Amino acid sequence: MTSSTWPLWEVFVRAKRGLSHVHAGSLHAPDREMALRNARDLYTRRQEGVSIWVVASSDITASSPDERDSFFDPAADKVYRHPTFYDVPEDVEYL
Amino acid sequence: MTEQHVAYLLGLGDDALIYAQRLGEWLTHAPQIEEDMALGNVGLDLLGQARSLLTRAGEVEGATPLRDEDDLAMLRDEREFRNVQLVEQPRADFGHEMARMLWFATYQCELYSALLGSADETLAAIAAKAVKEVEYHRDHATQWVLRLGDGTGESHERMQQGLASVHPYVAELGEDHDAARWATDQGVGVLPSTLTEAVNGYVTQVLQQATLEMPDPPRWHARGGRDGVHSEVMGYLLAEMQHIHRSHPGATW
Repeated sequence: MTSSTWPLWEVFVRAKRGLSHVHAGSLHAPDREMALRNARDLYTRRQEGVSIWVVASSDITASSPDERDSFFDPAADKVYRHPTFYDVPEDVEYL
Repeated sequence: MTEQHVAYLLGLGDDALIYAQRLGEWLTHAPQIEEDMALGNVGLDLLGQARSLLTRAGEVEGATPLRDEDDLAMLRDEREFRNVQLVEQPRADFGHEMARMLWFATYQCELYSALLGSADETLAAIAAKAVKEVEYHRDHATQWVLRLGDGTGESHERMQQGLASVHPYVAELGEDHDAARWATDQGVGVLPSTLTEAVNGYVTQVLQQATLEMPDPPRWHARGGRDGVHSEVMGYLLAEMQHIHRSHPGATW
């Protein structure tokens, strides 16, 4: 059995409660249940996480580098979208 | 009867140590790098259990000077090892390994669950940590047996062959021996034969789901591991495992 016969999976790990799942890497596995177990062995062996998601890489629709200009550049000159015009009270810790 | 207490702990520790050694041999040989990691992790869990159990055995023995985990793992000879013969059998194909892991991890799940209430408090604490590890080992083997058994014609056939080749070594896991009888009387241990029904029940249910057959009872089955009687391969295993320590006593990194 070679890696070409096993699909690729993307792994997302949540480090602790309250944080969001962050992309950790990818791996090969024959199916989603085994992908989850492989992810546990590969990406949480040093207590990196409390929750894991796996997603088939083929199920991810990604933006293309060719579309970068039309996707992202138009946001460059719209400073009014940044909340920089508000005064943040000093004792608000997490904002 | 310190001697029986030590013998009981060595049986538990040697099972874990020797199987860890065999699983380590899978690194770079598993079907996938992901599986290399998985088998390596299982082996390291078992090595951790062996370290705690052998350390405890040395404490109970109370020799002067005290024998520590390294002395017990690296400086005993073949006849002093008390592991079952199942764990010393050579690495074969992946189906064979999953068959062996299914039986052994299922046995360890029942064993450590029963040892949670051990009168030896250190042993009870080791069991509490280990039971979570071996549940994962059992799950790993279960997942693979299901997929290989209910997979392709060839995977089914090879999984069935794997089950057949480990079968003569399974009964020994459930065989009572003097140290276990003593340990059970003292509330320290558990009689292996009392675990057999639950172990067989779990494995039977996995095999059914995997469309596999439980092999017929073997005409010959291994025995004597708990008394230091081992198969030919054991000497080679120990030579490889122990030669660094014996060549360079006390070496660290």
